[in-house]
Amino acid sequence: MASILAVDDSASMRQMVSFTLKGAGYDVIEAVDGVDALNKAQAKTVDLVVTDVNMPNKDGITLIKDLRGLPAYKFTPMLMLTTEAGGDKKQQGKAAGATGWIVKPFNPDQLLKTVKKVLG
Amino acid sequence: MSIDLAQFHQVFFEESFEGLDAMETGLLDLDTGDVESEEINTIFRAAHSIKGGAGTFGFMEVSNFTHVMETLLDEMRDGRRQVTQPTVDVLLDSVDFLREMLTAIQDDEEIDKERMAQCQDALNQELNGDVSSAADATTEQTEIETTQKTDQPKGWQIVFCPHESLMQSGNDPVRILRELEMLGDLTVEVDYQGLPSLYDMDPEACYLSWDLRLEGDVSREDIDDIFAWVEDDCDMAIRPIGEQAPAVENIIADDVVHNDAPDLQLVRDNIQSASAPQAPAENTKPAKKESASSKEKKANTGSSSIRVDTDKIDTLINMVGELVITQSMLSLLGDNFEVDKVDQLKTGLVQLERHTRELQESVMNIRMLPISFVFSRFPRLVHDLSSKLGKQIELKLSGEHTEVDKTVIELLSDPLVHLVRNSLDHGVEMPDVRVAAGKPAMGTVHLNAFHRGGNIVIEISDDGKGLDAEMLRGKAIEKGLIDETTNLTEKQCFELIFMAGFSTAAELSDISGRGVGMDVVRRNIQSLGGSIEIRSELGKGSTIAIHLPLTLAILDGQSIAVGDETYIVPLVSIIESVNLTPDMINRVIGKGETFRLREEYLPIVRMHEIFGIGSAKATSLTEGLVVVVEGQGNRCGLFVDDLLGQQQVVIKSLEANYRRAEGVSGATILGDGSVALILDIPGLLRLSNQHQPGMVVNN
Repeated sequence: MASILAVDDSASMRQMVSFTLKGAGYDVIEAVDGVDALNKAQAKTVDLVVTDVNMPNKDGITLIKDLRGLPAYKFTPMLMLTTEAGGDKKQQGKAAGATGWIVKPFNPDQLLKTVKKVLG
Repeated sequence: MSIDLAQFHQVFFEESFEGLDAMETGLLDLDTGDVESEEINTIFRAAHSIKGGAGTFGFMEVSNFTHVMETLLDEMRDGRRQVTQPTVDVLLDSVDFLREMLTAIQDDEEIDKERMAQCQDALNQELNGDVSSAADATTEQTEIETTQKTDQPKGWQIVFCPHESLMQSGNDPVRILRELEMLGDLTVEVDYQGLPSLYDMDPEACYLSWDLRLEGDVSREDIDDIFAWVEDDCDMAIRPIGEQAPAVENIIADDVVHNDAPDLQLVRDNIQSASAPQAPAENTKPAKKESASSKEKKANTGSSSIRVDTDKIDTLINMVGELVITQSMLSLLGDNFEVDKVDQLKTGLVQLERHTRELQESVMNIRMLPISFVFSRFPRLVHDLSSKLGKQIELKLSGEHTEVDKTVIELLSDPLVHLVRNSLDHGVEMPDVRVAAGKPAMGTVHLNAFHRGGNIVIEISDDGKGLDAEMLRGKAIEKGLIDETTNLTEKQCFELIFMAGFSTAAELSDISGRGVGMDVVRRNIQSLGGSIEIRSELGKGSTIAIHLPLTLAILDGQSIAVGDETYIVPLVSIIESVNLTPDMINRVIGKGETFRLREEYLPIVRMHEIFGIGSAKATSLTEGLVVVVEGQGNRCGLFVDDLLGQQQVVIKSLEANYRRAEGVSGATILGDGSVALILDIPGLLRLSNQHQPGMVVNN
């Protein structure tokens, strides 16, 4: 089954994302911020990255940029969780190499639908 | 797929409250000088997380409210807005309200709508000086949803020309085609004109483009949604079927080739094979299911939890490991024991003892929390109070990492608040008074915590006006609390403020003196097994020091013997022990026995009578010992057979194992395995008062 790296500094969101994806049968690795995520992504190559944008230590956009620079993650889909107010965040994310985004607030169904969309 | 979102609520609340605390701390730091962008970032992030979580978990009021705060903070973060005191105050107030709101939701209570409107107005006023925009923020989402629902044509003609770099972002044209196919009847025509020769081809680039015809009742938004992620990575044109497109045609590079059937078929096959297993699963999915089951299970509230450092748990596990090793070593030794193995046995027992002690310490450590849990609320308190009082006060905190038992921390909070309020209100003077006295206008209140011996000491000091011993004495005489002739040392004068009915403030302000006096503070501290003392210098300031035991689970006790029984008296309650001589003893009819200790007459409590012990060795007052104890300001002498020794005892709850018993606060197990009751001195005094009148005097 596909493995997904879920990155969010908020424990409740992280748990929700992780629980939803695990429930759908995906392998989920959790990370609490960009630095943590980068380490975990390098330790084990994942098939999809779902990351929050606003995080301490390393934000989601920098994480995507860093990951995209790694050979193993050249074509890996990376989704950012963003709020409706983040118009220019989406642009920054795209520029950094994000595949797409999931607009917050979202429910588990929306999340799964989007994940299925990119993982096929 | 039904997922019960309620299971995440507890975590959401916990982290939101933490976030609010972080926001509060951050906001308080903001106004003290230059603005660090990382500070604002932290505050922003907390607000952002709360908003996101609240939206996801269905607390729309919280989400909408936080949205306004977030916008304000975002402007501050980007440097588009100056950080001013009024803004900070409004934000602080909003943090308060948010906390109230979350508490209300957690407790299943109504949200104070009026207060919400007030806070929202205040925020909007800050944001753009316009109250009416409150509605804007809340309707923002719905607006997006209702955009253009015009007439829907029977289908769409889409020209999709990805840029060569499209795949670099993890996107994939096939994925998009697959999605479109799920919307309706899709005809795909590929244009491979852009394909370079094999020699020049970059395998990571996208050279193909597509001409798509999507038939069916499909809305424009659905198509836009599919292309949303790639709209900047491609050229595209979407127009209803049958409509001529005049302008968009020139966006597309060249003529579209229509007659390449084999390739087209190939692509289509690819698409179908890739999406075939996907489609049914996707289609049968019900739109909204998760709300039904979420009602059944209520979020579990009220269970008290404690956050423990992983290191502490690791240490504990380590220790248990050691203990298991020692245990197996000893049992091996016991299997075929011979006398010449005594030395080995001794070593084993020494190890066992050491490991047990270490384990005990580590377990105790788990209950220890840094005192910053209490200290962290004071910056806000001082900030609010000093502006209310018109004083300039700086709060200094030190020793925040000093660890204290969780129970002590919880019970310490109120007394500390009271003491800090007192310092602000009565201690530190108004700026002009301070300047006149040659002190800086800015007063300082210092909260300091540290370990000393087996105790923790918390000091609250200020550089205010200090206590006036003479004035205190005068006041106490005036109030009839002490006699005019009483001679008091300076220290004793200071202690007067702990007496019930004593208040030094000329008039009661709403800040301190809300009916809870220093006597209550002292009683609270004493009930924790601690003590409180004052040092003060007139004109220079005062320091109040609280001494507390590290934990409530272990107590320093004095064991006493009454007949065959052993009792434990908390060491803190013991003043002294005396041998009575006949001339010290007095009997008052109906009031029992007293004895004279220097100038004071104290009641005698005969332990063997109170607890009905027939085996008591000493029944005549001159035979045994009298232990002078104090509990809640009352003193008495406990008549016992003998003093045994001092030791640390682990307190076991009597209520949990048996039931509440007057005069006894708990029990402990002694080294020989027998049970000793721990005496509760105030309870014992009450008990003896009931006992005394009918008592038979037998000496």
